[in-house]
Amino acid sequence: MNIVVPVKMVPDLVEELEVDAAGHALDRSFLKLRINEFDEHALEEALLLKATHGGTVTVLALDTGEVDETLFTCLAKGADRAVKITGDFQEGVSSHAAAVVLARALGAVPHDLILTGVQAADDRDGQVGILLATALDLPHVSVVSGVEPAPGGKAATVRQEYSGGIMAELEVDLPAVLGIQAARAAPRYAPVSKVRQVMKTQKLEEIPAPPVEAGAGSTVSRLAKPETADRAEILEGSPEEVADRLLALFAERGFLKR
Amino acid sequence: MQDLTPLNDMAVVIEHLEGKLADISFEMLGKGRELAKVSGGRLLALLLGRGVKGLAAELGAADTVVVTEHEALAHYTPEAHKQALAAILKARPPRVTLVANTAMGMDLAAGLSGSLGWPLCAYVKDARLADGRLTAVSQIYGGKLLAHADMEGPSAILSVLAGSFPADAGKATGTPQVEEVAPPPLDKVRIRFKRLIQPEAGDVDITRQAVLVSVGRGIQSKDNIPLVEELAEALGGALSASRPIVDQGWLPKTRQVGKSGMSVKPKLYVAVGISGAPEHIEGMRGAELIVAINTDPNAPIFNVAHYGVVSDLFDVIPLLTEKIKSS
Ligand SMILES: Cc1cc2nc3c(=O)[nH]c(=O)nc-3n(C[C@H](O)[C@H](O)[C@H](O)COP(=O)(O)OP(=O)(O)OC[C@H]3O[C@@H](n4cnc5c(N)ncnc54)[C@H](O)[C@@H]3O)c2cc1C
Ligand SMILES: Nc1ncnc2c1ncn2[C@@H]1O[C@H](COP(=O)(O)O)[C@@H](O)[C@H]1O
Repeated sequence: MNIVVPVKMVPDLVEELEVDAAGHALDRSFLKLRINEFDEHALEEALLLKATHGGTVTVLALDTGEVDETLFTCLAKGADRAVKITGDFQEGVSSHAAAVVLARALGAVPHDLILTGVQAADDRDGQVGILLATALDLPHVSVVSGVEPAPGGKAATVRQEYSGGIMAELEVDLPAVLGIQAARAAPRYAPVSKVRQVMKTQKLEEIPAPPVEAGAGSTVSRLAKPETADRAEILEGSPEEVADRLLALFAERGFLKR
Repeated sequence: MQDLTPLNDMAVVIEHLEGKLADISFEMLGKGRELAKVSGGRLLALLLGRGVKGLAAELGAADTVVVTEHEALAHYTPEAHKQALAAILKARPPRVTLVANTAMGMDLAAGLSGSLGWPLCAYVKDARLADGRLTAVSQIYGGKLLAHADMEGPSAILSVLAGSFPADAGKATGTPQVEEVAPPPLDKVRIRFKRLIQPEAGDVDITRQAVLVSVGRGIQSKDNIPLVEELAEALGGALSASRPIVDQGWLPKTRQVGKSGMSVKPKLYVAVGISGAPEHIEGMRGAELIVAINTDPNAPIFNVAHYGVVSDLFDVIPLLTEKIKSS
């Protein structure tokens, strides 16, 4: 089974996010990027599937900046190939354009299964995996946790997560694109030493992106922190003082038993 | 005379499961009604399934309920539903199509955008129509930023976050016109429904607890979880968690609060080291009193919490537990 995992770099949400002077986009000068966490789950599921069913795992990324180390890390975790799609993507790329670029790149990469991350926190114009499936005329299921290929590899049984803890079991003909929410096991960790070694011994493949026209179909006129009138009342003070205030609050609202 | 070309119409893709309409469907109908007033068009509810016609009676907020029934639509599958919807929408392109930003809606919204070539805006919290221009407000970067975007073209798809609009506004009795539309051929589908899996019963039912203390990734390691569990016990409540804690295998799925977990409405919800991503907030915003503890003053959880503490959970939680125990 040949599995392809497209991965995306996203801003680290733990860091402060600054908006540029025009107020339209993120200020990318200080932006720390990391692999989308759901892509780590997609890769993990791919590696586990390879372990039981054989085949290859290829990781694909548009060169939106800082992708090299991420791709090497994917190799260190056990991916067979890492492909960087080069092009003018440093300022970001719309989901529609990324899908077209990936669809073209996949023409040269054998694929029975394409596992994307379920979503990234910055994709205002929709999920790339679904758009990619549409472009390739492949079936697509998102919010997937649990992928089990059928004997023969012509189909797979997948679980799609609904709200309230309910899941649907679906059978999907392969090739298919699945948006992975969670792998069956927590994503593995690649030690830095291993990544360094891979950087010395393995190479990233590079393919240039074809020119694409697809825009997002919308233009951001304003990007800003939400202004909420009823934001939390922040309890200030030392941990001791804060704990006392919380205690008083809980007592007042009747949450202290006895 | 009012212009009644379809391009002024608003369409809402109705989400339902096991014969029950999802709340988000009413939220979208309420918003759709508001937009239709501005555009002067009709509000269409798009109802797909098998044996679902009866649900139309609950969709009184719409002018017309377009019902499409087929064996292949008996259960939700992304492919057949997308194909049927694309055919309906293509025949009468609405100005705005509202789809829920849920597991079901996610596939449909992007799938329709891809198939129809209409622009899509995801994570939508609000939408406005003025002078023919459609502006969508989306909550991105885990709820940290709001993007206002002008949508291009005559038709656009918005995928709406649950909890963005009041559901009551979309709950109207009345008898909408029902229009039955035959689906396109759906015999070559590549996705087949097998079964629904109900959630396992856990040791505690977090949906029935008066007090929940919820732990997030700020806890750093499994070994630290007892710290938060002790607080939950001291308050006579139960321990719940955000999704990453469950995905790491640190707590069972039955403890997960949020979009793909449980919706909870306790009297007290304490969020410890939880950022407040929209998918988490969806499951707990109905709590009566929300207290959040987080080192990041910009964490979105403070936008829904009533009281917030900006500090290290490892400093505050043990102290607080101690004080509660000895009070
Ligand atoms: C389709 C879909 C469904 C999803 N369903 C759910 C769901 O049901 N439930 C859910 O929770 N998520 C769900 N998610 C995931 C969601 O998007 C977020 O990734 C998740 O909620 C983040 O969890 P978190 O807040 O614990 O972690 P993070 O976002 O990593 O936040 C950790 C927080 O801890 C704070 N912190 C760090 N150290 C400390 C410290 N020492 N003291 C205090 N604070 C500290 C940080 O400032 C940060 O705000 C879903 C995602 C998708 C795409
Ligand atoms: N620029 C990109 N390069 C490679 N994969 C991508 C890219 N953008 C999105 N993806 C894939 O699509 C998934 C969903 O991302 P998004 O559409 O941004 O929500 C990601 O988790 C990746 O697997």
